Amino acid sequence: MRASLFITCYNDTLYPETGRAVVQLLERLGVELDFHPKQTCCGQMHANTGFRGEAFSQAKRLVRLYRDAETVVIPSSSCVAMIRDQYPGLMDELGNDSLRKDFAALLPRVYELSEFLIDRLGVEDVGAYFPHRVTYHASCHGLRGINLGERPWRLMAKVRGMELISLPNLDRCCGFGGTFSVKNAEVSSAMLAVKLQDVVSTGAEYCTALDNSCLMHLGGAMHRQYAGMKTIHLAQILASTEASPAEAAA
Amino acid sequence: MRPVASERPVLDPALAPPFPQAVLPVLRNPQLRKNVAHAIDVIQAKRARLVAEKTDWQELRSAASAIRMHALENLGFYLELFEARCTAAGGTVHWASDAAEARRIIIEILRQENASEVIKIKTMTAGEIQLNPFLEANGVSAFETDLAEIILQLGEQEPSHIVVPALHINRSQVREIFARRMGLKDLSDDPKELTNAARAYLRRKFLTIPTAISGANFLIAETGGVAIVESEGNGRMCLTLPQTMITLAGIEKVLPRFQDLEVMLQLLARSATGERMNPYTSLWTGVVPGDGPQRFHVVLLDNGRSSILAKTKERQTLKCIRCAACMNNCPVYRQTGGHAYGSVYPGPIGAILTPQLMRMHHAQSLPFASSLCGACYEVCPVKINIPEVLLELRAHVVNQERGRLSRFLDPLYLGLRIASFLFANAWSFHAAQFFGRIGLGLFTRNDGWIHALPSVGGKWTQTRDLRGLPPQTFHAWWAARGPRPGTEAK
Repeated sequence: MRASLFITCYNDTLYPETGRAVVQLLERLGVELDFHPKQTCCGQMHANTGFRGEAFSQAKRLVRLYRDAETVVIPSSSCVAMIRDQYPGLMDELGNDSLRKDFAALLPRVYELSEFLIDRLGVEDVGAYFPHRVTYHASCHGLRGINLGERPWRLMAKVRGMELISLPNLDRCCGFGGTFSVKNAEVSSAMLAVKLQDVVSTGAEYCTALDNSCLMHLGGAMHRQYAGMKTIHLAQILASTEASPAEAAA
Repeated sequence: MRPVASERPVLDPALAPPFPQAVLPVLRNPQLRKNVAHAIDVIQAKRARLVAEKTDWQELRSAASAIRMHALENLGFYLELFEARCTAAGGTVHWASDAAEARRIIIEILRQENASEVIKIKTMTAGEIQLNPFLEANGVSAFETDLAEIILQLGEQEPSHIVVPALHINRSQVREIFARRMGLKDLSDDPKELTNAARAYLRRKFLTIPTAISGANFLIAETGGVAIVESEGNGRMCLTLPQTMITLAGIEKVLPRFQDLEVMLQLLARSATGERMNPYTSLWTGVVPGDGPQRFHVVLLDNGRSSILAKTKERQTLKCIRCAACMNNCPVYRQTGGHAYGSVYPGPIGAILTPQLMRMHHAQSLPFASSLCGACYEVCPVKINIPEVLLELRAHVVNQERGRLSRFLDPLYLGLRIASFLFANAWSFHAAQFFGRIGLGLFTRNDGWIHALPSVGGKWTQTRDLRGLPPQTFHAWWAARGPRPGTEAK
């Protein structure tokens, strides 16, 4: 099976280890991966801040770049949510017929990582080994945006050696919200404090998620507060094996 | 520069400070935050329990959404039908295009009635048109009859929630207000004693004031009737004892058929208070000789609603049935309470409704007062996609502000504009990563983390660190790895 990796702008820049883990994981499962060297950003940051024209330019770019891809896999549920929820409106409003046609054809071939593993590859046990206590943060975009449902838990249940501790108030936002975290920094921080309390209460060593954006928020607070916990993208846990353990996490 | 929020919150969107400033006094008030979070958590849990027992909840939501949207898309027809049926039943229907006209209609009716006092059933719409201060200025004293509204009125406070308006006040604070304003020195904070004090206060009002003002939960076009749901029986008292009733209702409150209440009432109480059924549901149609008010007026208020109706994506805002589930489940509201929204409509629904009612002259910070977590949409009984409307309004705000120098120089906006150019090509994006690494490297400490940033970055680092940029981007790693699909990476 062939798949094209859209790594997302912030993973490319801030979390390359997540990208490397996705490559390691998918190639181990026999996927023939390629990486379009011209990719940049899906436009979510602009769309969510009201810069619709700018967001459209990036959306158009992404649709054109991946027009011929068999499938696109994206290790970020918020970027997938952007494509599913906001691209249709942008295309209707600002696109032309040929772009709308390309987008309609591309949309069903876009997968978030856990969707790709379960729905496309049909695997739950990816052969991972991660001997740690872990709690899972179901990001808002994963939970409500693209309804990942049980997928992350089905994958985590098969990770050998891992103790999964459930996170209280699972459905509550961590307060990141993209530019919300700086436009409304005080409220965002108050939300973060509440979330961090729940995360720390689990006593886990790692907090994982399918969105590095939430993890950047939580991890930033953990580091500031010497919380004694780390964050790690689920791709890195799933890529981890006895022979090749996860790279040192943030 | 607008003033920083004062001790007493301003619920006039024209005067209220922007949301990020208005939250500051709240975030520094631990008692207030505790009151709000506790109340919200209790209501949220009750709602979740009762919703879970309805196996047809999603079907009910779809039905309610369809009914409300149908009513809105045929609003002219149903409003005229309502007017005809209400008039035929002995009511008088007035049309008010804005707040000033609604106030003028109401004061004229009160003058005809020679009324110097009125009793009120809780109505947000009256708050929207700032009715109480207007009546006061025109020599009419308005007395609230809803318990929470009495607490606020006597305590000279503002509502912070649309269903539980005094949610930010706890029992001992209520005791203090009642003891002071009712002259009851020995009052304890026992809920029963507090309720009895309010009851005694209220009975005198009910028995002596012959004029009442209400809002409406629903207007029913088919019958020309009005429906009010409430918990305390004060609404029922206002609908039976007075001689004159004036109902103020937004034009969007209309339902086509009486039968539609079946769907709405199943959703409303569960969503609002976490009850299977609210204790009192009152329905009245026109005037019945010898039974209840003998003069009945309905004031239909537009006040910006027609302009919301005209916009395709924003129209759904008007489906709202004012249950407050969105704010009860909102992680932002849980931290801030309602006052920071600077309007009688707080929370997620307020963040979309207020700026639209005010035609975006102000309240421009409200569409940004959300992390877009989607919890509001998930719980909304009439399926208002609040995040979608928030995004629409954000785009309006940005378009309005385009070309303004203040915005051009705003570091966040400037950054977003530059980023848009950088994202347009891979080479510029990669160059930005390269220079970004050098730039942020200046702020990165020996532990590999950034602890403080200037300008808008400082908003991040005031409570969080940021990991320094890694030396190699993913795409550089991929390129260095060479074209060897299927082989294990180092």
